Amino acid sequence: MAELNGMKIAAARDALRAGEVTSVELTEACLAAVEGAGALNAFVHHTPEIALEQARAADARIKAGDAPAMCGIPLGIKDLFCTRGVPSQAGSKILDGFRPEYESTVTQNLFDAGAVMLGKLNMDEFAMGSSNETSVYGNAVNPWRRGNDDAPLTPGGSSGGSAAAVAADLCLAATGTDTGGSIRQPAAFTGITGIKPTYGRCSRWGIVAFASSLDQAGPMTRSVRDAAIMLEAMCGHDPKDSTSVDLPVPDFEAMLTGDIRGKKIGIPREYRMDGMPDEIEALWAEGQRMLEDAGAEMVDISLPHTKYALPAYYVIAPAEASSNLARYDGVRYGHRAKLAQGDGITEMYEKTRAEGFGPEVQRRVMVGTYVLSAGFYDAYYNRARKVRTLIKRDFEEVFAAGIDAILTPATPSAAFGLGEMSDADPVAMYLNDVFTVTVNLAGLPGIAVPAGLDKQGLPLGLQLIGRPWEEGDLLNGAYALEQAAGFVAKPGKWW
Amino acid sequence: MSIDKETAAKVAKLARIRVDDDRLEALAGEFNAVLGFIEQLGEVDVEGVEPMVSVTPMRLKRREDVVTDGGMQKKVLSNAPDAREGFFAVPKVVE
Repeated sequence: MAELNGMKIAAARDALRAGEVTSVELTEACLAAVEGAGALNAFVHHTPEIALEQARAADARIKAGDAPAMCGIPLGIKDLFCTRGVPSQAGSKILDGFRPEYESTVTQNLFDAGAVMLGKLNMDEFAMGSSNETSVYGNAVNPWRRGNDDAPLTPGGSSGGSAAAVAADLCLAATGTDTGGSIRQPAAFTGITGIKPTYGRCSRWGIVAFASSLDQAGPMTRSVRDAAIMLEAMCGHDPKDSTSVDLPVPDFEAMLTGDIRGKKIGIPREYRMDGMPDEIEALWAEGQRMLEDAGAEMVDISLPHTKYALPAYYVIAPAEASSNLARYDGVRYGHRAKLAQGDGITEMYEKTRAEGFGPEVQRRVMVGTYVLSAGFYDAYYNRARKVRTLIKRDFEEVFAAGIDAILTPATPSAAFGLGEMSDADPVAMYLNDVFTVTVNLAGLPGIAVPAGLDKQGLPLGLQLIGRPWEEGDLLNGAYALEQAAGFVAKPGKWW
Repeated sequence: MSIDKETAAKVAKLARIRVDDDRLEALAGEFNAVLGFIEQLGEVDVEGVEPMVSVTPMRLKRREDVVTDGGMQKKVLSNAPDAREGFFAVPKVVE
């Protein structure tokens, strides 16, 4: 058997059920791996006592028979999820010391299924970022490096800690969240699988809100099968989230046949960007060939409003963020600034938010405030919402024309160096999400699958986009791609 | 449309984020970079297009109008930076 912490969920589940391993053994192996991986700065709050208690309970449940698939599986949880009694800061100083009195629905679902929490994972502050460099905990570091160059690379963001932890075998899988690409981009940067389900599939209750109409949780795993298993445990209707869908949750794993014969895969011509690296172009072509070999038909399609997705996103997401983040006022939880003599409540708000929010969060809250302010609401916010309608319509039209899924690159580049983008203007960083953000605007499911290595030895991912609520079909397409790509590379251990 | 120092100060005030005067110039520049980027939306013909309200067409669920929660004052206050006598405490608001 491979090292226990390096196991996939499916294999661990089978070994647990066969009595070949215990959850306590798996958990201890992961805790040791976490302990030795401080250099990655992936885990930012450690919960070994909770983990071992959950592992013992899982072992008892497995012994009693009839345990769910996730029972006894050690996970990392993104810091954005509220976990009862455990620090949940969304990577921000403003939530310093916050220990929720409640549990997010997604983590509760996972714990009900018997999963084990090893700790909380690093992320960009309030999930705003594409490199994990806006975190109050400092940068998470990608376990991958460019050949023999030891320059630290970003694991992507915002779910950078989740991606680094899964790629480095610190846990069997992790939760992520995705507002504009925050699961799929870091998954692609670290050679793992990440799926953002259809908007409404996972409850958002208890997940610190960034942009409520775009946020979705999803699993980050080392295989498509693991993504299917974990997603099933995460989702389901929740009366506490009015946008959570009341639809039955299919057995996603059972839908992984690898048979995609006759499926129509759309290749959107607008995703061929100027200046796209040759390697990304080649990988995309290779993905098309692999799906074609598996019996699918490639269809040239047009999604004409693609170009406007990022600008629309950078109106809508900051607008929603400015509203959602209004709650951080130093009254109910988290940080409150020290006040000077004579300071009133307005000074308290202003100083608390200036001290508590980092520069990127401040910038987005203020941009959001601006686009919602009197006189600009129609010009920016309402116009962006109209463009969003058109972006969604683009997808509806191709799906109505018989397209089953859409294949695109996951990111416009491989992982870049930490600090490399620090002199660029904010918009340059935003371009990381150019292939993923359309999916959030249209509420669709999207999955990133590792498909190859670039010249420097860094992983590259492909993205498949599916029809709403058809994650099972999407996962099956991804499974076919995974089998054809046969990606097995792992980062060399330097940490 | 270009944002000047005064507008940046006004937006910071509306957002209740204190920004030092010597930061306003740079902040206005950052706003302009972002706004320059989103300016492209002006090219799109949105005549007759409805602004999106909900990405997933669904009817909002209804429930009985009854109290389903409550009686947890201690929990509600447990994370407050300053709580006294069962209340959140803030600087004096009314004279």
